Amino acid sequence: MAQAMPKVDVVLVGFGWTGAILAQQLCDAGLSVLALERAAARSTPVNWATTFDQDELRYMWRHHLFQNVKYSTLTFRNNIHQSALPMRHLGSFLPGTGVGGAGIHWNGQIWRWLESDFKLKSHNEARYGKQATAGLTLQDMPVSYQELEPYYDMFDKTCGTSGQAGNLSGAKQTGGNPFEAPRSAPYPTPPLPMTYGPKLFEQAAASMGLHPFPHPAGNLSQEYTNPLGMQLGKCTFCGFCEKFGCGNYSKASPQTTLIPYILTKPNFELRTESEVLKVERTPDGRHATGVTYIDSAGIEHFQPADIVALTAYQLHNVHLMLVSGIGQPYDPATGQGHVGKNYCYQTMGSVDVFFDDKLLNPFIGAGALASVIDDYNGDNFDHSGLGFIGGAYIAGMVTGARPIEMVRVPDGVPKWGLEWKHAAKKYFLRAMGLSVHGSSYPQAGNYLDLDPTYKDQFGRPMLRMTFDFPPNDLKMSQYCTDRAAEIARNMGASSVHAKPRKGPYDITHYQTTHNVGGTMMGESPADSVVNKYSQSWNVANLFVTGAGLYPQNPGYNPTGTLAALAYLTADAIKTKYVKAAGQPLVAA
Amino acid sequence: MSAAWPRSRGKRVLLVIAILVALLIAASVGSWLWFKLNPVEIVEPPPGVLALLTQPIPDGPIADLVRRGRYLTIAGDCMSCHTRAGGQPFAGGLGLQTPFGTIYSSNITGDGDYGIGGWTPAQFYRVLHDGRSKTLGRLYPAMPYPHFTVVSRADSDAMLAFLKSVPAEHYNPPANRLPFPLDIRLVMIGWNLLNFSPHGFKADPRQSAEWNRGAYLVRGPGHCGACHTQKTVLGAEKSDKALQGAVIENRFAPDLTGNPRTGLGRWSAADIFEYLRTGRNQHAGAVGQMAEVVTYSTSLLSDADLNAIVTYLKSLPASPDTASGAPSAAAMRAGHAIFFDACTACHLVEAKGQPRMFPPLGGSAVAQQRDPTGLIGLILGGGRTAPTLARPSFQTMPSFAWKLDDQQIADVASYVRNSWGNRASPVSAKQVATIRSKLDLRQPLGRGD
Amino acid sequence: MLALSAAVSGAAAAEALSGHDGLLGGPSETLTNTLPWRDGLADAPEAASAGNWRYLNGAEVGFLTAAVDRLIPADPTGPSASEAGVVVFLDRQLAGDYGNGAHFYLQGPWQKGDTTQGYQSRFTPAQFYRHAISAIGQAVGKSDNGKVFKDLSADRQDALLKQMETGDLKLDGPITSKAFFTMFLQNVLEGYFSDPIYGGNKGGAAWAMIGFPGAHYDYSEWVTAYNQRIPVPMVGLRGRLAWSRS
Repeated sequence: MAQAMPKVDVVLVGFGWTGAILAQQLCDAGLSVLALERAAARSTPVNWATTFDQDELRYMWRHHLFQNVKYSTLTFRNNIHQSALPMRHLGSFLPGTGVGGAGIHWNGQIWRWLESDFKLKSHNEARYGKQATAGLTLQDMPVSYQELEPYYDMFDKTCGTSGQAGNLSGAKQTGGNPFEAPRSAPYPTPPLPMTYGPKLFEQAAASMGLHPFPHPAGNLSQEYTNPLGMQLGKCTFCGFCEKFGCGNYSKASPQTTLIPYILTKPNFELRTESEVLKVERTPDGRHATGVTYIDSAGIEHFQPADIVALTAYQLHNVHLMLVSGIGQPYDPATGQGHVGKNYCYQTMGSVDVFFDDKLLNPFIGAGALASVIDDYNGDNFDHSGLGFIGGAYIAGMVTGARPIEMVRVPDGVPKWGLEWKHAAKKYFLRAMGLSVHGSSYPQAGNYLDLDPTYKDQFGRPMLRMTFDFPPNDLKMSQYCTDRAAEIARNMGASSVHAKPRKGPYDITHYQTTHNVGGTMMGESPADSVVNKYSQSWNVANLFVTGAGLYPQNPGYNPTGTLAALAYLTADAIKTKYVKAAGQPLVAA
Repeated sequence: MSAAWPRSRGKRVLLVIAILVALLIAASVGSWLWFKLNPVEIVEPPPGVLALLTQPIPDGPIADLVRRGRYLTIAGDCMSCHTRAGGQPFAGGLGLQTPFGTIYSSNITGDGDYGIGGWTPAQFYRVLHDGRSKTLGRLYPAMPYPHFTVVSRADSDAMLAFLKSVPAEHYNPPANRLPFPLDIRLVMIGWNLLNFSPHGFKADPRQSAEWNRGAYLVRGPGHCGACHTQKTVLGAEKSDKALQGAVIENRFAPDLTGNPRTGLGRWSAADIFEYLRTGRNQHAGAVGQMAEVVTYSTSLLSDADLNAIVTYLKSLPASPDTASGAPSAAAMRAGHAIFFDACTACHLVEAKGQPRMFPPLGGSAVAQQRDPTGLIGLILGGGRTAPTLARPSFQTMPSFAWKLDDQQIADVASYVRNSWGNRASPVSAKQVATIRSKLDLRQPLGRGD
Repeated sequence: MLALSAAVSGAAAAEALSGHDGLLGGPSETLTNTLPWRDGLADAPEAASAGNWRYLNGAEVGFLTAAVDRLIPADPTGPSASEAGVVVFLDRQLAGDYGNGAHFYLQGPWQKGDTTQGYQSRFTPAQFYRHAISAIGQAVGKSDNGKVFKDLSADRQDALLKQMETGDLKLDGPITSKAFFTMFLQNVLEGYFSDPIYGGNKGGAAWAMIGFPGAHYDYSEWVTAYNQRIPVPMVGLRGRLAWSRS
């Protein structure tokens, strides 16, 4: 029998970016908040200090900060005709674990969606006809860019994002992204300076009439104090950012921007090593009474709360919804149900660029240090006759040069032996990659559900992922990677190796940790799991945050938008829900 | 004068001599013990401390008195010593390691049996003013009554009213662990005779009201000298070296006088104010014990009182310049290499730093203290900047104990103490080894390739 | 003062932390006010131990030494894999958390699976190496008249390694030569290019070969120093020679 704990106003399941955003907002509004985190408390000086953070083997390859699949994994198959098997070792994506979540080892790439990304289905059908979206289960978002803009701005101010605005309240700005939707304020800090590789990209792209701009970065160009008084330092370009914690407080993370502030609140508690097993409900199923969690000693507890918010990683939020029996699971055979539907990823292509006469020194880098073009993203270009919709940003990006991962050799050079060794020596300082960061659109056979065979350590069915790249996305990746290769050739490269994304999806090779969908938001219970305030259609005091809310994934890193949606959710709880506790905020 | 004091002059001299001898023996025994003592406990601030110190006090018949009392207990930072891990704030039981042994703080919540629930204002005032407790008798000066003696009766009454208002805990702190004869509280008669006479605050009419308020806070409730003033062998403060800096608990409480190299000479009034309010300024961050003082005391004081403290501190004449000796060229070479590779991540090239985040080290008073204990401890163990309501970030210097050996820490410390215009005595590997041992920190991994 | 008694807890605290990799490692704690910090607290890395083999047997050492030096052969540009300590690295890794599968899910049921589904063995990496090397030995014995891999010519060794890379070398038992080769090449690169603290990349020689400065943290002075050599000496987590007087 689970031990009952003292009731709180709000229990948060998971304490990464969205958990921290909700905690800050709701504590400031006077609600008592308890965050349950399944793994350990972690902090900069203890867990990723400058004295030992620059360790590629331990952090990247031995997964020191990542979710440990020994205790928590899922099963995977490419299509419904295969048997799903456990992901026995991390590969394609690297979720976080512990306080701060993946907000510790993320790159700090802070993007907003295009206005058209919010109305993706209707926008594309209006421009290209219904056949353009055939085979894709696209859906419009129930919120508009304009509604979300103030919350995007809040996240930028929380992080101190470094960047160059391209559109300030409708006025185009030189040097920024000309395609971006109107921003109400400039970036809080100026853009990062470009290292040589990104500079070459910028020059080549500009010479081709494209529109390069500095990638918006949560690796700060200068010291910054956010509205909560939290301080960040300036990035020193150590090159151990993506997949690593930041030792010198220059990368925006829950720890550097929110958590110490939240901890000053008397109405906040954080409980570590406490994994939520299930959302508990009243007998009629309409109201969450709290959550059951198990601590590291194996003791089960019941945590009562007036509001339950699932603030874990997308995969875990979907899993918790399914094992708690909330909402109707998606069935690809019938198309019924929405929990687990529209699972999407990110369609990543790349181009390796080699120079014989240029020293790029790529070990000087930062997680979001890039010159980038948005000319081929979303619907920023005419897709007529191309046979696909969607797109990618193309970035001349140098996050560092960790040599186990990033010894690049030209196409045709073997992967080992003397020829490889000579190429490794020749090109380590003279090569870089272009990232082709593409959209991922849903198709009926891509989804998440509960595995019929494999159980997790608590005896619950594992989450099962069924996913392969839709033909639309593979065409997109080919097209956009070709465009990237054109830029690469204009950079004065001695050789260029274009690597568009090819199917089938392979869970073993790192691509990106942008798993989205499965708890999507929509206009009504007929098309989604939650409403525009991230409130469950079925259980009015249950809220779900994160990238699971996306019905599809635009060609951007997901953190900026999921953070903005979390601020929107917090605002709705503070200003609307508390006045109508237990009531749906959108009529079903 | 206490009633127990002998009336005959001859007996008094004999008694004083006997006590002195006993104390000297005890001091040496105590110093030995000090090295042997294990940590009493690991202490995190208990839940609800900040709330207790900052949440509005509801209106009521004595609300104003309680509010005033809370403010004064904040000024006195009573919470920090009178709170143990897992205990209620002010319920005592924290082991304070002194050179003479471990002294446990008392329960000053309103508990009727173990706290101050049944105390009268007069009894409470006697603790602050005379160092004499209703229940314990003569207190050891780990309770800084030589400072609190200047606290006025009205202020004392207010503090008692506040302490009686906080949640009471029925908890009896452990007995002190002191060697004979120090465990007999009567020996404090002799100590007090030599080191203490109860007195009130005497304002200096030549100084401004603000200066006098600052003097009252610094010398009285703030008890700054308890850490920042060197002690005699008997543990009393050396009045001629007031606030010139002192070793405290394996760290060094810096010089607070106008000395431009080791003291506050280079700090403007605004710098000092910012440090006390936010825990950091363009020169330094508050770490170690001072971090707690800032978080739970100075950062919560009024602007007027912080300005008064600043005015008083800025009036202190500079301590004598004591820098001596210079490190060897070999030490400076090794120190430079270590600094360039391992310290620039935060302090940047040429130690220009990132003000309020990572202190610039050129001109740093912390780096140039006459005794390098604080700097060594910081490099070995690390140090966390005081989180405050205005600046909740706790940037932390990481520990280098696992990474650098004693000679390497000595060399980088010597380098920092003698670069970018800094000037201070060199540091030896032996000094580092001693502090590593005292802090019970691990040995390094071993030489690199 | 709350910090006073905390000051002497560094070694014990650091010890409590080691071995905790972030999941189910410590007690559940309720935190308010602050995140844990004590003097000396650091989740610092553990260095590879010195001395004899911890996991590999003689035959395995023989195979691996020969094989890693075909993957990264000796020549004047830089050390061979074994010269850089890669076999020692592999031994320490297989003897430790990695070899024990500390970050692998190894529960059943087990099926062969598709390549896109990745590692599906029930073996820990240490067991995987043991079985694979043994099976490779048997296969080579059959194909090469009872010889062992390390005694074959370099060309023949290369040919066999290429067969493993493609999976053409058929092995008895559940492990394919391709699956082994994939893990093996990855681990060899890890040993060659990881911090010298782990036993490979001895003296930072592999980093020196490619021009990687290692664990330096601050390049702010050189961000826009285009097309130039950056004057930052190579340094590992344990430092470099210039850190010590000599």
